[in-house]
Formats: sequence, C-alpha cells, structure tokens
Amino acid sequence: MTEYRLNRRDFVKGAGLLGAASTLPLSVVKLAFAAPKESFTFAYISDAHIQHIKGKEFVRNWDRGLIRAVAETNLLTPKPDFVVFGGDLAQLGTKEELDHGAEMLSRLSYKTHCVMGEHDYYLDLGEYWSKLFGAHYYSWDHKGVHFVVLNSVLTYDDWTHKRWPTAAQRMLEMAGLDNPNGSPFMVGEKQREWLRQDLAKVDKQTPVVVFSHSPIQKIYKGWNFWTEDAEQVQALLKPFPKANVIYGHVHQIQYNQIDNIAFNSVMATAWPWPYPQSYAHADQHLPVLTVPMNRADPFFERDATGWQFIDVATGRVAMEYNLYNNTNRVVAFNPATGRPEDRVYQAAANRIPPQIHY
Amino acid sequence: MQRTATQWILVATVLLGMSALAQGAETVPATTPLGLPAVQFPPDNPQTPAKIALGKTLFNDKRFSTTGEVSCANCHDATKAFTDSPLRVSEGINKQTGTRNAPTVVNAAYFESQFWDGRSPSLEDQALHPFVNPVEMGLKDHEPILKIVRSDPDYAAAFKQVFGKSGDAITMKEVTQAIAAFERTQVAGNSPFDRFYFRGEADALTPAQKRGFDLFVNQGRCVSCHVVEQTQALFTDNRFHNVGVGINAIQKDVPALATDVLKTRATMEQVDVKVLSDKRSSELGRLMVSRRFDDIGAFKTPTLRNIAVTAPYMHDGSLTTLHDVMHHYNNGGVTKEGDPVNDFLSGGIRPLQLTDQQVDDLVAFMEALTSPEYADLAKPAAGGKP
Repeated sequence: MTEYRLNRRDFVKGAGLLGAASTLPLSVVKLAFAAPKESFTFAYISDAHIQHIKGKEFVRNWDRGLIRAVAETNLLTPKPDFVVFGGDLAQLGTKEELDHGAEMLSRLSYKTHCVMGEHDYYLDLGEYWSKLFGAHYYSWDHKGVHFVVLNSVLTYDDWTHKRWPTAAQRMLEMAGLDNPNGSPFMVGEKQREWLRQDLAKVDKQTPVVVFSHSPIQKIYKGWNFWTEDAEQVQALLKPFPKANVIYGHVHQIQYNQIDNIAFNSVMATAWPWPYPQSYAHADQHLPVLTVPMNRADPFFERDATGWQFIDVATGRVAMEYNLYNNTNRVVAFNPATGRPEDRVYQAAANRIPPQIHY
Repeated sequence: MQRTATQWILVATVLLGMSALAQGAETVPATTPLGLPAVQFPPDNPQTPAKIALGKTLFNDKRFSTTGEVSCANCHDATKAFTDSPLRVSEGINKQTGTRNAPTVVNAAYFESQFWDGRSPSLEDQALHPFVNPVEMGLKDHEPILKIVRSDPDYAAAFKQVFGKSGDAITMKEVTQAIAAFERTQVAGNSPFDRFYFRGEADALTPAQKRGFDLFVNQGRCVSCHVVEQTQALFTDNRFHNVGVGINAIQKDVPALATDVLKTRATMEQVDVKVLSDKRSSELGRLMVSRRFDDIGAFKTPTLRNIAVTAPYMHDGSLTTLHDVMHHYNNGGVTKEGDPVNDFLSGGIRPLQLTDQQVDDLVAFMEALTSPEYADLAKPAAGGKP
C-alpha cells in the first residue's frame, strides 16, 4: 500500500476521460458471455459519510469504515477490473469532507468510478465534487457490458434554488429523514433525455448496468428510498432484456425485480439502516423487501456494514456482500425464477432471528 | 447471586463426580476452582490418575527434541505459571527463537481453540505440533517419540496400564491424549477477584482494585472480550481480534503477504512452520488459518487469569508491563500515541480516554486475578510486580 496508483489528481483526470470510452463491437459482447474466462468482477464501496468535526478532526468511526473497505478491496484475488464508489462520500458536502474522503479513496489500486449522493450534492450542487471526480452522469462500456452512472438525487428546481436562505441549510434539510421540509429525489428530464440518447446507441441484447445513489424504484418516500421519476427511467431500460440497477443510499441489503430490471442495493461502510428494531419507538414501515441482518453487535462497530464485489458474467448481477464481522451473503440473479435471490436467506425459516440483549 | 453460583458449582461437581464414577474406579474426582466452570473432557479421553501422571512425565521429557534439551516444560515451566516469563518469544532447540510469546497452560483447558491464532482445535492436536516444528523441538516426524515410548520400560508399563496398549499399538494419539489429560488438570481460579465477585467477600479486593473492576466493565470496555459472566469468569471470548499489535509494524507489507496467503492453500502443518519462522507472515494472525479478511492481524483473546505473573504480554511479547498494555489500548490500538492505526483494526478498539489514575486502577484489578497457587510469583522478589 505504499504505491498508490491513484492520487486525487488522477481521479480528476480519469473522470474526465470517461466520456471518451469507446463502444465495444457486438462480437465481443457475445464472446464475453460465451467464454467464462472473459468474465470479470468489480468492487462496490458506498455511503462512507465522512464527517468533519473541526480542524483536522473527522468522525473516527466513519473513517475506519472506508479505510477498511479500501484496504480489503485492494486484497481481492482475483483483482477486480474497477471499483465503483456509490455516493455519500461526505456527510454535509464540505470541501474538507470530500477532500478527506478522496484521499482515502485514492489508496484504491484500481480505476474508480464515482456516483453522486445527496450528502455530496446539496451544499454546492456538486461543484467541488466535480472537481475531484468529474461528470455527474456518464456511461462507458467494459467487456461487453454497458455501464451508466446517473445522478438520481436531484429534485425540483424550486426547492433547490428558491427555498433556502443558505446552502448549508439546504444541505441539512435534504440530509434529514422523515423531514416534511425535504423533497423527493429524481433523475430529471434533462438527464433522462441524455440517457435516452445514450441507450439508443447500445444494442438491445447488451447487458446494461445502471449505478445510481437512490433506488430507481419507489420503496419509502420519507427516507428517499425513492426516485420520483423511477417509472420513466425504467421505461428507458425496458428494451433491454438484461437491465440491472445497483444503488446505495439504503445502507442495507435489498433486491427486487420489476419486469426486465433487476435491482440490487449495496451496503454502507458507515452505519446500517434500519437501526435495530428495539430502538424504534414507532412502526418504521420499512420495505418488505428488507431481509433483516441479525442484529448488529454493538461491540463490533463495523458490524452490519461492509462492501461488495460483483460479477456480471451472465449479464445479470451476482453480488457478494463482504460483511465485517459477519457472514458474507450472496444475492444473485436466479434464471429459474427470473429475479435476484439471496442464496441463503430467501426462506423466512432460514433467517437468523434478531438477538435479544438484556 | 453468590448462592446461585455456589449451587451451580456444587451441581457441576456432583454431575462431574457421577460421570467420573460411570467411567470406572480409576477416574479422578474433579474439583472446580471458584470462578471457573467444570472442565469439559472429550468423551474419548477421560481423566485417570495414571494417565495424568503419564502426561506429566511426557510433558517434561527432553528426549523428544533433536538436541535432548527441550521439553514442553521449557516454554511452559510450572515454576513460572507454565510460561517462559520473562522471555518475549519462546526458545526452542539451539536457542532458536520463534515469533510468539508462550501462552500459559493454566486454564488452557477452557479454550475452544489452541495457539494464538487458534490453528489447533484441541489440546490433543496442539501437542502434536511443537515436536516437529523446526524452531521448537525440531524433530523431522514423530517416530523418535514413538520409538522411545514403545521401548522405554517405564513408558511401556505406563502405556499398558493407561491405554492397554504396547509396542506398535502405541501411537501419537495416546501420547497426546496423556499430555492433554495432564494439561486439563492445570486449572486455577480462587483469585481475590473470585472471592469478591462469586463469594461476596467485600474485603477481598482493595479500593483501587474495585475501581479497576468498574472500569473493566464500563469505561474500559475490557469485558467485551475478556468475558466475566454471572457464575464464572474465563476472561476470554474465545474469539480473534486485531488489537493493533504486530500488524502495525508490517502495514506496508500486508497486501503482498495477504495475497500470498489467499492464493496458496497451505495445510495447518505448513502454517505451523511458517508462523513461527516467518515473523512478517506471523503478524497476519488468524488470516493464516481462516483466510478471512476479518481475521487480518487478529489473535485469540487470552485469559487474564494470572496475568500479573506471566509477563511479557501480547502474542509477540512486545509489551513488557501491564501498564504498557493499558497505554496501548488507551491509545486506541497503537503502542506509541500518534502512530498510524492499522487499516484492519477491530471495531471494538477505540481510544478510551482513561486517566493515569484509571490506568493504575485497571492494573491493580488485573493483579487481583492471580490464583493462590501462583501468588508467590507476584511478589516483588520474583519480579512479578513493577
């Protein structure tokens, strides 16, 4: 770990080049899925929520989560082809937080693609983030798969530009959960048009993998486990039999199938949602998609967080969750049922019941 | 609560006595020290006095090494609470040193796995490895041991009596069963803490030790790993944690070393040789055994019983005093304040904000964990206390 292949400057350069990624010929696509040796993996780290206290002080817990994810990802054998960081690198979008987070991400010994989270965005509308990581939305092709990064955390212009006296307040309002002053996430018309044009160039049999921060499906509005124009984005993915969406933001394992689109969430490195049920004073109305983790062990401050490595050899997502101090889980697309399934926990009877601590 | 504890121990002792009876007249009536549970004996290796005596002889026999100078007892010396204190790491044949501090045999009977990295599942299995480790007793294989125990008249008679076996029928299974049987007799509780906590003797601890116990379970969070329960206190969780010892010195080498481990599938015999001869690989801890990211730089939680008489500390013997250990934990997993924390540090290890007074109190508490059998070692003349 002495030689960091990426530094912050490389990040900026790399992100700038993404738009120029060339499209692979169709024959390579077929070959990729005919020959297993052509398959590849990539790693996914998300929701680090690096939080500045003052001066050079940051919340140690969140730092440790990201540091560990980066260090472990660097040990993967075989090596992943690239890494995606799924958004919410910062907690309140400040320069200090983004710089500190970028410094930690720069230790990854792989090419890294970044996704915008609302905690990165709502202070300066992604301006400083762009300087570090490049475009807010972009696409590229890799070994026969078309990858798309969307900024799915936009909202109504009126809310963004006219409602708040300060940028800092806007950031805090969007960071709140169940906040009546909040506003639903969306991809927005401009970006949907870009996506339509981007996908128009892609053969319909090509596997498409979309990375977004929020789920491109509607799960729970109060926490923005939600994208307001999800249906319209889904419609653009409709022509692709192998369409996949991978999202962060929810800090837990979720998976779902809507028509042709398979959905997988990723874990946070910072903290898990939901907090253990015993801490909840009211019904949480959480998505029924959620399969609870066995209760996070408070001693292991990293329990119920983690990162993942993914293979898309079948054109569908097989995601292995690397869970700190816990049993790894695999959620993979099951061709027989036509949807993603947890390899172990699909039946309620097989789940580990929540522990009761006195 | 103390009554419940006593009742529990009584029941355990009675049950143990009954099962001992069922195994025949030769079996040993076990006594369970205050603060400890009854020792669990493997069904295929019940205790008998003759077997324990045979195990003790084997444990002390220096002929089971290439030089004829090293027995189990060299590193697990009964007069040093079954350690080689004050050596940092153990010495084998020809003064060769390994990489790890000899853990005490005392109360090893309660561990769910043996060795600092848990690479051995039982005392029986554990006893196999030092004989053939190049830096310990150095034998090429176990044949020289079998030759001796099959031909030496005293051993031949003892194995015949204990196992009903002679000649080639005697194997390392019987040898290690006898050694393990002896080791299972080395249990020690009855410390001042045990009398205070399990018997309610309020004056068994000094005021500083009582404050230390409060810190142990509260602000210090020591109890999270060094477990104390309602009826017993093993002072271990039998788990593995990266507490920032050893690994801190090889942080830059972790990717190369760990990749090597993950790419090659070594047998436990190969791991045994590697971890004692290659200091850098040794510091990967349980990763060498489990090949799990969670276990990078992680070592087994040792018991704290008799800790005041088994210096130096940690898997590599790198910390000389209990105060040094406390400062390491107080710094959040680094020995020198301000040094970089390793990337894989266990989540439970965080700065504790303990004052010097509180550190003193915690050390005082640990000094209350010495069993009467080893109390003499704690006296200043024996070098036990700073």
